Amino acid sequence: MTPTPQDIQAAMAAHPRAFRDTPAVRFRKIALWIGFIGLFCWCLYDFNFAPERILNGMLRMGRILSFMFPPHLWETWAEWLEVFTALGETVAMAFLGTVLGLIVAFPLSFLGAKNINRIFWLRQTTRRGYDIIRAFEILILALIFIRAFGLGPLAGVLAIAVSEVGTFSKLFSEALENTSRRPVEGVVASGGSRFQSILYGIMPQVLPVHLSIVLYNFESNVRSSTILGIVGAGGIGFMLSDRISGYFWDQVWTIIVMIVAMVYLIDYLSGLIRARLIGHAELAK
Amino acid sequence: MTAFADIPVSAPILQFEKDYAALRRRTRITWLVGSLVFLALFTFSAWLGDFFKVTQVTLPDGSRDWRWIIPAGIPRLGEFISKTIPDLHWATLGADFAEWFWRWKVWAKLLVETILIAFMATVFGVIGGFLLSFPAARNLAPNKWVMWICRRYLEIARTVPDLVWALIFVFCFSVGPMAGVLAIGLHATGALGKLYSEVNENIDMRPLEGVKAAGGTWFDQIRYGAVPQVLPNIISYTLLRFEINVRSSSIIGYVGAGGLGQEIREALSLQEYTDLSALFLIIFVTVMVIDFASEKLRHRVIGLEKGPST
Repeated sequence: MTPTPQDIQAAMAAHPRAFRDTPAVRFRKIALWIGFIGLFCWCLYDFNFAPERILNGMLRMGRILSFMFPPHLWETWAEWLEVFTALGETVAMAFLGTVLGLIVAFPLSFLGAKNINRIFWLRQTTRRGYDIIRAFEILILALIFIRAFGLGPLAGVLAIAVSEVGTFSKLFSEALENTSRRPVEGVVASGGSRFQSILYGIMPQVLPVHLSIVLYNFESNVRSSTILGIVGAGGIGFMLSDRISGYFWDQVWTIIVMIVAMVYLIDYLSGLIRARLIGHAELAK
Repeated sequence: MTAFADIPVSAPILQFEKDYAALRRRTRITWLVGSLVFLALFTFSAWLGDFFKVTQVTLPDGSRDWRWIIPAGIPRLGEFISKTIPDLHWATLGADFAEWFWRWKVWAKLLVETILIAFMATVFGVIGGFLLSFPAARNLAPNKWVMWICRRYLEIARTVPDLVWALIFVFCFSVGPMAGVLAIGLHATGALGKLYSEVNENIDMRPLEGVKAAGGTWFDQIRYGAVPQVLPNIISYTLLRFEINVRSSSIIGYVGAGGLGQEIREALSLQEYTDLSALFLIIFVTVMVIDFASEKLRHRVIGLEKGPST
């Protein structure tokens, strides 16, 4: 016999607590929501989200947005060249940082892979090392390198390279661990040395994955290198923060549009390279 | 060798040998051209990246001389790092620590502010990203134009870095944590909106059809058909984003948008080297702790989704 809606209503009226969460669960839910909303409201108060301030801010925002039209176009070739050099510096920072990070991280990644480095403590130490490098914020690294190498793209290159060492090593060693053992066994069975088993058994499996990781990180580094400029590491970010502090809002919008266009272009090109060199849809993500 | 000599060389084998040699040659040429292009790009970008710049250094005897920038900078890097290491002695450890963290009251307050900025930014990012992710998903968008506008908005919000938004918002909303919240929140909206909409594109459409068949509007379909499916993934992405936002908010004060970044800038300009190392340590520990806690929480959420195992 299936219960009719009336039966269910009657049962709910008779035993209300059987149809609800237990009091403890309910209490926890309510407490969590109250805590969340309380914290949110307190933050609104503490950070001074006053309606008047928001209104004023919106008005100023509208005013600076109005500088977007008509778009600012530089008049002389020298000025355009300056902008394109800055954009080139940004891409060069990302490219060099990625390549240098790759050169250092590639050998290091073998130390962190379980199927290659069998020494437990050495592997764990290397892995914690990667974690420590990754925990350093890229901008903080840039600030340190700016102190040593002066303002300019070199500090940005080194900051990207150092932070990429941690990222690449971790991702590469994970890729090495995810390989199949069978090709390695095949090489060993036909008399190959340990080095040969890695070279012919593991490398062909991981190279497409590595390439995909490198391209993805290059894209992400192009984005990071725009902000490295704001703390003084050269490139388009430096130009942007310079124009913002000078209140040249019309130029600011043009630069932002160019940054967005550059990021699109880089993503598109790296997608092309990925499709050509890797070719597999499942790796091309 | 004589055993192979009497095998007749047929035309197909010759053809194969020829084709194979051609393939090898083509591969080699491709590699050569590829390497040359790469090398040229590397050199050009190294030149753009100031690798070949020369700079003036002061020699030990006091005279000035020109040096390549990289070898000139490395000793300065070592000097800078050694200056940031505080003077700690085992006998007076407590007093040394107190001197190292002499501004701990200000820093503790700013640390709380940093985490709260990340919290608020995550809340705004989740609200914005969640609302926009449904019209931005290919399978759920009410019509093409709404989808196009939502996608472009999300793309611009995440392509422009949060530090750039912060510079703009500091001008509009004046210096303080509010600008930081809005900047990181806007960037998080873009990033989360993209991730959420990808989740939305992978859902099962049958529950939505059921709601539609029962006479539900577009909002009903989303509320009762889509949201229950995507919720666990959304929680997981949100926690990940919170970790990223803590990292951003610790630095965003550098441009005046609240949090610990302001102190980093001050310590750099006042050359308070040991303050810098103290601040780096604070940020480092905070990021580690939050990453760890959020990873635990994430695993619990994913575990709950698979079914109550405990």
